[in-house]
Amino acid sequence: MSFFKKLKDRVSGQTDTVTEKFKDGLAKTRDSFAGKMNDLMARYRKVDEDFFEELEELLIGADVGVETVMELIDELKTEAKRQNIKDTSELAPLISEKLADKLDKSGEDNTIQHAADGMTVILFVGVNGVGKTTTIGKVAQKYKEEGSRVVMAAGDTFRAGAIEQLEEWGNQVGVDVVKQQAGSDPAAVMYDAIQSARSKGANVLLCDTAGRLQNKVNLMKELEKVKRVIQREIPEAPHEVLLVLDATTGQNAMSQAKTFQEATDVSGIVLTKLDGTAKGGIVLAVRNELDIPVKFVGLGERAEDLQPFDSNQFVYSLFKEIMEAEEENETDES
Amino acid sequence: MAFEGLAERLQGTLDKIKGKGKVTEADVDEMMREVRLALLEADVNFKVVKKFIKQVKERAVGQEVLKSLTPGQQVIKVVNEELQELMGGEQSKIAHADKPPTVVMMVGLQGAGKTTTVAKLANHLRKEHNRQPLLAAADIYRPAAIDQLETLGKQLDMPVYSLGNQADPVDIAKGAVAQAKDEHRDYVLIDTAGRLHVDEDLMGELQRIKEAVQPEEILLVVDAMTGQDAVNVAESFNEQLDVNGAVLTKLDGDTRGGAAISVKAVTGMPVKFAGMGEKIDQLEPFHPERMASRILGMGDVLSLIEKAQTDVDEDRAKELEKKMRQADLTFDDFLEQLQQVKKMGPIDEVLSMMPGANKMKGLKNAQVDDSQITQVEAIIRSMTRAEKEDPSLINASRKKRIAKGSGTAVKDVNRLLKQFEDMQKMMKQMSSMQKGKGKKKGKNPMQFPFMQ
Repeated sequence: MSFFKKLKDRVSGQTDTVTEKFKDGLAKTRDSFAGKMNDLMARYRKVDEDFFEELEELLIGADVGVETVMELIDELKTEAKRQNIKDTSELAPLISEKLADKLDKSGEDNTIQHAADGMTVILFVGVNGVGKTTTIGKVAQKYKEEGSRVVMAAGDTFRAGAIEQLEEWGNQVGVDVVKQQAGSDPAAVMYDAIQSARSKGANVLLCDTAGRLQNKVNLMKELEKVKRVIQREIPEAPHEVLLVLDATTGQNAMSQAKTFQEATDVSGIVLTKLDGTAKGGIVLAVRNELDIPVKFVGLGERAEDLQPFDSNQFVYSLFKEIMEAEEENETDES
Repeated sequence: MAFEGLAERLQGTLDKIKGKGKVTEADVDEMMREVRLALLEADVNFKVVKKFIKQVKERAVGQEVLKSLTPGQQVIKVVNEELQELMGGEQSKIAHADKPPTVVMMVGLQGAGKTTTVAKLANHLRKEHNRQPLLAAADIYRPAAIDQLETLGKQLDMPVYSLGNQADPVDIAKGAVAQAKDEHRDYVLIDTAGRLHVDEDLMGELQRIKEAVQPEEILLVVDAMTGQDAVNVAESFNEQLDVNGAVLTKLDGDTRGGAAISVKAVTGMPVKFAGMGEKIDQLEPFHPERMASRILGMGDVLSLIEKAQTDVDEDRAKELEKKMRQADLTFDDFLEQLQQVKKMGPIDEVLSMMPGANKMKGLKNAQVDDSQITQVEAIIRSMTRAEKEDPSLINASRKKRIAKGSGTAVKDVNRLLKQFEDMQKMMKQMSSMQKGKGKKKGKNPMQFPFMQ
């Protein structure tokens, strides 16, 4: 059975709406990526150096890290030689298989870790403007709809209007926000939030933090302290530290992931703004080199557009048209 | 490390060439491959890179590099020059209308930093140009975006025009311009909501605002960390709005900022300002030449190369070089070498121009004190000729005398002697390593890692 079929089987086990969401959200991404891929396959019938070079450019154009692309191309070349693949159409499934491989480390959990009993604490970190507060608002709505009791901690005490932004989300969703004045110590806000969430009997505490560039040593130290304070109050918390990455970010995402991981031991990634033309290929590199799973993707403005990440879905959406074309071929042949 | 600068990248190729005496076209090809990777890793769009490489290669093969004795430097120089050309010359100023108020509109993707930039630009206009801006809060979509601008306005003590988040952004923009006219404000800075360039409805809204207020300047705010997609974003905003310039934000991060080139190369719009920090006064005019070397990840190597070339006396350098080889360097030579380095400018300036220097721990933000060099000079000058030629002569009482003569302490003298001894040892090792490696071209006495 071809890889595409396997992938499709895995995907079709899921509800259609989820697949639809991915498809719609990734429409722009897919149009350009799959379109170019098809175009490439059409122009090159034979697998040769030129073909690989263009493939390399295609992947780099999707912000897949240079190093990861080189690695991928090398693997493909070896594989093509080993299986004696000469026709580009035969290589297509191999490409998507390798891509899915890189995104999907076996035996790994893409779901959010919850506290065995008591309150689950999720800490959101990231550079400025990636969408931390918005993501928290969306996650809060999700939990709320599931019937959880949610509290949000306004830990971004630095940026003007950040506390108000979270409060507005709180009003919209109907969730309590624990806050202090602008400019106060974010670690103190976390302490307050934990106490308050406990007394309210909350199941989920979502902690916002100020955006910070990863090369600001003092700000990264501040973040370490925030985490330490949470840990002191609840030893096994935070149960998740989610790094929010903007899909439009290029190679710098790598440096972000590395540094934030060092400071706060990031347990998962939220990839936002995937509904634009950016392809977020950098998650491949991050996944490949740093081993941090992607847990959520932002596919649009609405709360329900924040979806749990599924590497099969992701790759399936990217390659859908190619797969359908291949299926037709297969039915023709049989 | 994934993010090597161009200089480090070229090192491997150059090492291979070094023994050859002649640079072939194949060598240039290999160097071009490294240049390509360096640019791609800096997030320059791959299409732009392709075109760029072609150009550089033509120049490189056309003598400039091939015939040069220092192909490494030449390649870097050519690349840097071409990059600067691509980025455009002088940074451009912000427009102002014949009849105030000048209307400036900020547009861009979500999270690029528009609201912050509006405040920073307002501050810049007041501080540097003595203008009185009015801020207009036309981002009605993001929760608390208006609060954010109002808070910033308060910090700046500047008026903010707002109609709440139920009004039409077009009306907000019109109202702001009218109020600015009444109050004789020089500038109106309109903050708009972040939007995807593919969102037709919201892009249409921007066009309506543009129609309504006829801004003199539309600035596209671009996150410096943007990857390959920067091209699509810039092209699309430019097509729909005819943007005048870009502001590159978050440049105080450790991104290379290749997006700057992509934006300029594809749309031709100049980058006018750069956001350099979270504070409200951290907005700077954009310097294309600095950006070029940043993208190449090599500090200001070019000026260093130029400095070294003009300031160092070639003949003396060769003589020193010979002495170093033979490891019979004396304190006199050492002193001379110090002065050569000093000629190039304050040491910390020289250091900051060195690639990788800001990566080295300890060297980051190092305050190198030129007075320390003066102290070293004083110590050496307090030695007798015999002592300078043969430091082993220097015993405890001589040390005391030298310390007294130079106004330092014995421990300073000891430290210098120790350093000098280490240096000689190292040179001995190096020269024995280099023996038998064949004839080499004369080397610069100051062996910076990027110099060939």
